[in-house]
Amino acid sequence: MIKIAMYWGAGCGGCDVSLLGLHEKILDLLNEAEIVFWPCAMDFKYEDLEKMEDKSIDVAFYNGGIRTEENEEIAKLLRKKAKILVAYGSCATEGCVIGLANLYDKKDIFETVYLKNETTKNDEKIVPKEETDDLKLPEFLPYLKTLEQVVEVDASIPGCPPPMPVLEDALNALLQGKTKFGKEVALCDECPRKDTKPDKIEISRFYRWHEKEDNGDCFLAQNMICMGPATRAGCGGECISANIPCTGCMGPVPKVRNQGTSMLSAIASLIGEEIDEETEKEIINSIEDFAGTFYKFSTAKLLPEGRLKDES
Amino acid sequence: MSFEPKIVAFLCNWCAYAGADMAGTSRLKYPANVVPIRVMCSGRIDAEFIIDAFEKGADGVFIGGCHPGDCHYVSGNYRARRRVEMVKKLLSQMGVNEKRLRIEWVSATEGKKFATVIEEFVDEIKKLGPSPWRK
Repeated sequence: MIKIAMYWGAGCGGCDVSLLGLHEKILDLLNEAEIVFWPCAMDFKYEDLEKMEDKSIDVAFYNGGIRTEENEEIAKLLRKKAKILVAYGSCATEGCVIGLANLYDKKDIFETVYLKNETTKNDEKIVPKEETDDLKLPEFLPYLKTLEQVVEVDASIPGCPPPMPVLEDALNALLQGKTKFGKEVALCDECPRKDTKPDKIEISRFYRWHEKEDNGDCFLAQNMICMGPATRAGCGGECISANIPCTGCMGPVPKVRNQGTSMLSAIASLIGEEIDEETEKEIINSIEDFAGTFYKFSTAKLLPEGRLKDES
Repeated sequence: MSFEPKIVAFLCNWCAYAGADMAGTSRLKYPANVVPIRVMCSGRIDAEFIIDAFEKGADGVFIGGCHPGDCHYVSGNYRARRRVEMVKKLLSQMGVNEKRLRIEWVSATEGKKFATVIEEFVDEIKKLGPSPWRK
């Protein structure tokens, strides 16, 4: 029996659910594997994990980013106990949406979440403390870190959460001890709207996807930013099938390091050639949030130490 | 010791690099802070090169291409201009002063202009201080 473990770090919980999303296939998985640690689904305590022998877990999955002292501690512990440590999902791999918090510091985050948020009613201005007289909570770290930024990682399963075909492929490989899996092409290659992509795309202004009626063609041809060209294939275009452009949760194609800049370069090349400098600036300025558009899932990789501080 | 910035300059083969060459053969002086990298066209400069240069310790990145309308490959310099504009937006969101990235058009005969813009740029970066990546 192969021993597997799953831990939920700083994340939404969607990754844990995605493993259950295997439906009946999880029973096949359980024929081959024994779950030795999965706090979200079964009753395990951290001390059970501490008591295990080093390298006794065959495959450990870590989902979610590293935002608290506790996350960091378990990441290190799992690294010690596991033969293969897998970053499961976008948060663990690249930081995901919660990685966008690296554009702000700890103080900003606490103020926004507990005091300034429009939908928050907190007249007494109660902000969580790390310590009381008899209780100490794990520290909220200054920045969100990916698993790889804390410990050595053997394999990554991309996606937010990993789509079913990607997960099945990854599990098949991992249970055989293989750490290389997944497709090496961009999403456009398997896009359901592939045939509607014209030979030449010329963008004259950008639309966000709620600003324009979708005519069923390639989103880039409709002047909507779709991260497909810079995003790894594997999901089968789930979002596209639901009439929503790709936002890039699968991360970059394996041989590309920086998904955001490659998409940004591609988008810049699609702005119509005849357009003059001034109009060009207007078109570019119509993209409001560059980090959120091109680095929605990888800001933590771009800014591991948070927002940079240029003196002047 | 005063701060000597490190500047990476991506220069296109047909205009800006030839312009830099012209500055050299005309014996014009310009600061030695520049590390020139010759590329075939300014349109070859991926946004990743710029971010990479900063991550590896550049205090400023300079891009030199052909004048608008003069690109050897017709429209490469327009692409470069658009990318620079977009990367500037990204840089400012990241907390980096966008003045650390500059694009200029330098033709093969403009050795003088090359020396002048490099001098200006080095001065500007000296005022800005070391790149925040280096801290």
